[in-house]
Amino acid sequence: MSNEAVLHANIGEAHDVHSNHQTHHHETFITKYVFSQDHKMISKQFLITGMVWAIIGGLFSVLFRLQLGFPDTSFPWLEDILGKWWAEGGHITPQGYYALVTIHGTVLVFFVLTAGLSGTFANFLIPLQVGARDMASPFMNMLSYWFFFIAGIIMLASIFVETGPFSGGWTAYPPLSALGDASPGSKTGMDLWLISLALFVVSSLLGGLNYIATILNMRTKGMSMTRMPLTVWAMLFTAILGVLSFPVLFSGFILLIFDRNFGTSFYLSDIFIASTNTALPNEGGSAILYQHLFWFLGHPEVYIIMLPAMGMVSEIISVNTRKPIFGYIAMVGSLFAIATLSFLVWAHHMFVTGMNPFLGSIFALLTLLIAIPSSIKVFNWLTTLWRGSIRFSPGMLFALGFVSMFISGGLTGIWMGNATIDIHIHDTYFIIAHFHLVMGVASIFGMFAGVYHWFPKMYGRYMNTTAAYIHFWITLIGAYLIFWPMHYTGLAGMPRRYYDYSIWESFKQFAELNKFISVVVIITFLTQFLFIINFFHSIWRGRKVTSTNPWKSNTLEWTTPINPGHGNWPGEIPEVYRGPYDYGKDGIDFIPQTTPIGAEESGYH
Amino acid sequence: MTILLVLAVTILVFIVIFQISKASEYVSVLKGEEKSRKQTNKINAFLMLAFMIVGFIGVWYCNKILYHKTLLWQPAASDHGEKIDTLLWITLWITFAVFILTQFLLFWFSYKYQEKEGKKVFYFAHSNKLEIIWTSVPAVVLAVLIVFGLKYWFEFTGDAPKNALEVEVTGKQFGWIYRYKGADGVFGKKYFKVIDDATNPLGLIWKDNAALGLKDDAKSHDDIVVAQTMYIVKDRPVKLIIGSRDVVHDVGLPHFRLKMDAVPGTPTTMWFTPKYTTAEMKKITKNPDFVYEISCDQMCGNGHYSMKGIIEVVTQAEFDAWLADKSPAYQAAVNSSTNESAPVIAATSTNNVNQKTIVQKQ
Repeated sequence: MSNEAVLHANIGEAHDVHSNHQTHHHETFITKYVFSQDHKMISKQFLITGMVWAIIGGLFSVLFRLQLGFPDTSFPWLEDILGKWWAEGGHITPQGYYALVTIHGTVLVFFVLTAGLSGTFANFLIPLQVGARDMASPFMNMLSYWFFFIAGIIMLASIFVETGPFSGGWTAYPPLSALGDASPGSKTGMDLWLISLALFVVSSLLGGLNYIATILNMRTKGMSMTRMPLTVWAMLFTAILGVLSFPVLFSGFILLIFDRNFGTSFYLSDIFIASTNTALPNEGGSAILYQHLFWFLGHPEVYIIMLPAMGMVSEIISVNTRKPIFGYIAMVGSLFAIATLSFLVWAHHMFVTGMNPFLGSIFALLTLLIAIPSSIKVFNWLTTLWRGSIRFSPGMLFALGFVSMFISGGLTGIWMGNATIDIHIHDTYFIIAHFHLVMGVASIFGMFAGVYHWFPKMYGRYMNTTAAYIHFWITLIGAYLIFWPMHYTGLAGMPRRYYDYSIWESFKQFAELNKFISVVVIITFLTQFLFIINFFHSIWRGRKVTSTNPWKSNTLEWTTPINPGHGNWPGEIPEVYRGPYDYGKDGIDFIPQTTPIGAEESGYH
Repeated sequence: MTILLVLAVTILVFIVIFQISKASEYVSVLKGEEKSRKQTNKINAFLMLAFMIVGFIGVWYCNKILYHKTLLWQPAASDHGEKIDTLLWITLWITFAVFILTQFLLFWFSYKYQEKEGKKVFYFAHSNKLEIIWTSVPAVVLAVLIVFGLKYWFEFTGDAPKNALEVEVTGKQFGWIYRYKGADGVFGKKYFKVIDDATNPLGLIWKDNAALGLKDDAKSHDDIVVAQTMYIVKDRPVKLIIGSRDVVHDVGLPHFRLKMDAVPGTPTTMWFTPKYTTAEMKKITKNPDFVYEISCDQMCGNGHYSMKGIIEVVTQAEFDAWLADKSPAYQAAVNSSTNESAPVIAATSTNNVNQKTIVQKQ
């Protein structure tokens, strides 16, 4: 018996009616699936492209973990697959290792956790949750995706050039990134890297401006700002951060392109290249200037990655505890505080660059301030759980996992942010543990939570829950096993970005641990395919959604038909009368935003 | 062959999990979706609790097996390092307490407030009192931490004592060069365009150069240049003047708990007072091979991982004897130009990126 037949034996054909009848224009394959201007399709394009990049970025981490875990073992098949440049004799080469590390970082930060996360969910949720038929400019929205796509193609191409992709770390500090003679990865690979990310900035700006315009101008009747779901608030702050900070990164890149190609000295000074035995003519530039420009984006970027996950987690936790999110206004306020502070802390990445100590002290002070809105958020999530009625849907599990990771990784931020302690643990494995937990794993968890939760809205089908549960538990355990011990290697002073530790008396004691971590990485990576298979299988073969509101949720996206067409609502866009979190109010399980306030209803805040 | 086997097993495991998942979906449909959802809800709630308990045990176990491999149990080898350790431990205990509390609440609430038949939720949308509590308590705690932190920060980044030994440290791909003042007690001038890797790796200005507009600086003639191993004195403050010849490097000193970037064109400084000689540290760490290592902590190219320097902390008498044995770089260069056989600084060129083991010259 086929999957379909069993799963849908009790369901009448009535539910199969796809509500495409409100689309007025004729759609071809190209306009529907490729150059689509429907925000829902664009969001799926972002999601699936993001998944492809996540697999590539994750695979790269598996490859460099092979080197770290098994530095003395030869894997001949590696050379067969990757070739001599990357893995001569079955060992990852140093140039291969640094290329893998760099592309892993670049791809996951920009392509997966920025485009894949906010590209997907800002696109999908903003119009559906504020009650709009589409983005303010569907055409710009389409361009946003295609700029991202081209950026990806160029990044992919850079992996195949003769001198290898860029290999100086994802932060691309000059002079290393400016001088091809200092590192082969800084030759053609770096040109492609810069072009790719410049296009990515364009994509991000096109998207961001659209999100802001849509949220501010296209809310349905009654949807005041304080009635917006926290997801939309989070996407709004994310977009503002992107619009204000990406251009600064772009300017930094432009100067770098000039230094690389046109003989300027913005970042270069007093350089003698040993490999060519020449002193460069450049004088008077400042290598630190780039770091300021980079981190002016780089720090807000961390929150560009975090905020959408925070917003979605707030929404998912509230829906699945059947309780209002605790402290809605405080949640919005803390998002605002985090977004504002994120512009004032960039130089905490630079405490040991020799910058003015007074400046350093200001940045340390402002950095620790971020802990306050962060702790508000954590305690509000915890209070939301208190005396709730928790449904452990896969989305909910990942949302809870997000909170756990955010706590674990966030607390070490108090270590790193305090300039004095940072002197010791800066650029060690401690920072690797910190940012992978708080930004990497936590945001990926937010993304998984979002996919599991909104999959029924995206495709009109459910994902398989058993596979989702297995996926969750292995990923949660795996993530902790990988990153928790790294705090200890960091507290041994073990530097990050080392190809081999065996020559170091101070760091060689972790060989066994590195082996263990690498094995866990491989298992955890393979487990992600459970998600991938589940995702694609469920698109076509998943259990069908039979009600428009399967999670019994209050927000507007669940008032659309099961498979909404372009335009989202077949008739009028519904009007909104209340906030999105009236769960359990006056003993009623849930009251959708479209329900007018009753005469008997207790005080409405 | 093994690789094919591993691949086959992996795929098989996937198929099994996938089939189980599909079967369980069938069962849930046949049994009634609501009923089976409630069952799995209970299982997941239990797993939340189990994860918390096993997780806390894991945290304890991880500490047990890794603690002695870190620097946490060793005394910091510098005065600044001791203060960093103090602040680190205070921060550790505070954050650990918050970690235990919040993780406990997260998983305990998840378990305790799982969906139950006939249980009503408690409608609780906001409370200004609670918000004020968890805004102000962290604010006070953070204020304490930052006051301590900044007090130390200004101390470390302040001026070095007058009697400090000054050593110039220059990073290059992939090694370290150190310069000591000669008999005249000052560093002579240098200029990067007169660098010659074989004889004058720092570009000291030894002669007039009309093309570059340089005048011979006699003060540079007695400067002593060494590579690989730096000697400093126990209990005497040392001030490092740090620079780079090519890309950004970083002088990482884990045992002293310090680090500072080496930036081309912009000299930086760092000072501290070593507390234990290398010989004493061998006893403290119970490791006869112990050595103070300088690790490059800023990505500097494909040989980054091999950019190692050594610090020998010795007594003043040993230091004086060591320094007296060194001849100025200028003299060595002049000698070598008359006698081709003597390479000046043997260990400066560690450019062999792919080399897995670096022979230490001590």
